[in-house]
Amino acid sequence: MEFWIIQSLNALSFAMLLFLLCAGLSLIFGLMNILNLAHGSCYLVGAYTALSVIAWSDNFFLGLVSGSVAAGAVGFVLQRFLLQRIYGRRLLQVLLTFGCMFILGDLAIIIWGADPTTLRKPEGLTGAVDLGGIIFPKYRLFVIAVGITIGIALWLFQEKTKWGAILRAGVDDEQMARAVGINVPALFTVVFILGTALTGLSGVLGGPFVGVYPGVDLEVLLLAVVVIIVGGLGSMKGAFFGSLIVASLDNFGKALFPELAMFTIFAPMAIILAVKPTGLWGRVL
Amino acid sequence: MSHKARSLAFLIALLCGLSVLPLILSTYYLGLVTGALILAILAMSANLLLGYLGLASVGQAAFFGVASYAVAIYTRSAEGAAWSAIAVGLLAAVAAGLVFGPLAIRTRDIFFLVIMLAFCQILYGVTYSWRSVTGGDDGLPGLARPDLIPGVSLDGPVSYYVFVAVVFLLVVGAFRLFVNSPFGLVLKGIRDSDSRMRALGYNVWLYKYIAFTASALIGGISGVLHAYYYGCPNPADFSLIHSSSALLMVILGGPGALLGPLAGSLIIVFVREFVSNVTDRWLIVLGFAYVCTVLFFPDGLIGTIGRWWREKSSRGRSHATAPLPERSQEESSTEFVSAGKSN
Repeated sequence: MEFWIIQSLNALSFAMLLFLLCAGLSLIFGLMNILNLAHGSCYLVGAYTALSVIAWSDNFFLGLVSGSVAAGAVGFVLQRFLLQRIYGRRLLQVLLTFGCMFILGDLAIIIWGADPTTLRKPEGLTGAVDLGGIIFPKYRLFVIAVGITIGIALWLFQEKTKWGAILRAGVDDEQMARAVGINVPALFTVVFILGTALTGLSGVLGGPFVGVYPGVDLEVLLLAVVVIIVGGLGSMKGAFFGSLIVASLDNFGKALFPELAMFTIFAPMAIILAVKPTGLWGRVL
Repeated sequence: MSHKARSLAFLIALLCGLSVLPLILSTYYLGLVTGALILAILAMSANLLLGYLGLASVGQAAFFGVASYAVAIYTRSAEGAAWSAIAVGLLAAVAAGLVFGPLAIRTRDIFFLVIMLAFCQILYGVTYSWRSVTGGDDGLPGLARPDLIPGVSLDGPVSYYVFVAVVFLLVVGAFRLFVNSPFGLVLKGIRDSDSRMRALGYNVWLYKYIAFTASALIGGISGVLHAYYYGCPNPADFSLIHSSSALLMVILGGPGALLGPLAGSLIIVFVREFVSNVTDRWLIVLGFAYVCTVLFFPDGLIGTIGRWWREKSSRGRSHATAPLPERSQEESSTEFVSAGKSN
């Protein structure tokens, strides 16, 4: 029983990390139909920036902020100066972000070296906590809390604020949104920055237990891809439940059948692709 | 007719060029050209999907790697296998195509790209962790080139170059026949509008499936050649760098162009050679090449320069600064990239 509870909590904390990662990807896709393959690189940039800032200032929360800002800045440059030049040509945009993934990954090696590291956990969240007989790391509980908080905040933002309404209008019908006077290009840029900054945040949060190393960008990108295929691209709900499903499969797969770990994630992806190509909660394109 | 004559002349020129190379190039550069030809075949498999179905694949290395591993594994179990090992390698690639095909061709544009990426990474993970069969990250070293015809050894760089060049020409010829056949024309029709082809009564799914499997076979040919060239299949065969280089070669050469992949592959291989003398950060260069190609030469380096040249010579100086016109529907081999938000 204890095994199941601990593994479930592990899965939940990983799911929240994945959700933060995929929320941005999904948001960007939903609004502007761009699949950002440099998304993993934003994760990487966020984590590495936090690594440097934490080493310098010894403050995890400063690292959290700086990591998000750095990833958002990368997103800004990517969207404003590169992607907007080939607006509307989806496949070229994907290939462009693909090239950026190579560039950012290699730049990170030049700046931070190729040795795998982990981020230091913030003070006060280092040890474990006793949950009625079950010992569980505090930091993972913190990740769960952050994930749920941001999830709720994003939902409130989308459903209850004027900005959220503008965003939904842009997703539903871009041309009508333009016609009623919404500055859609500015909206695109803002959402791109928001999405990549969220990814940077997930990079910093994941740093202490996933680690930071060259190649992690591709790994998290693939996980994000599986999540969006399972959950459906372009819907926040899909990103949330997709993350839960994929994280559970990954976690229990690794714990129960370690040698089949690859298949416990990718087999469900293949099944869902075969049965429902738009994903469980995806918008019909 | 003139088109046919021109392409025939082109093929003869290619044949002459390839046969002159061993006489003028040093062994080292001949080796580079051999590698470029092998990668060009891989790029042709991506070209079949991109140029004729409008599907961009960053997972062609899946077939490449499967074939090279199959050759090495089979050769280890059957000592001295030659033709049979090659057959096993190609069959493995075709089998991979048959298995992945039904899933992959359900998807379109970016989803197809992502699925192929995922397939390739699954295979990478399997070869990496299944040490007893694949040797893990050491790969399977010690694969010797067999004597395909008794008495003719492929061990020397020149003889292997000749072998690869012959295979390359055969693949080019077969590719040309394939895409100009009624079958290939149906593929182009599907690329431009699959709903229209469906309305005309074509079994679009089957055509796509066969084309996908054919591209797996071509990728497999490249993988077999690669396995014998380096003698050591390893997980890097499945790497993203491989797949994405192949795709970049296609885009550089112009999607759909018969010899575009060769041009792209020669460019990439020689640029990599040049860059590796200066820095070992090849990925940055590859990434910049991607970005620049997409931003400045979306129709391929050769296509864009050729068009620019025609523009300049036909319109004269007064219009030299006028923007390039949109491509017409007929020559829209890259139309796939402009599919808008509406689909």
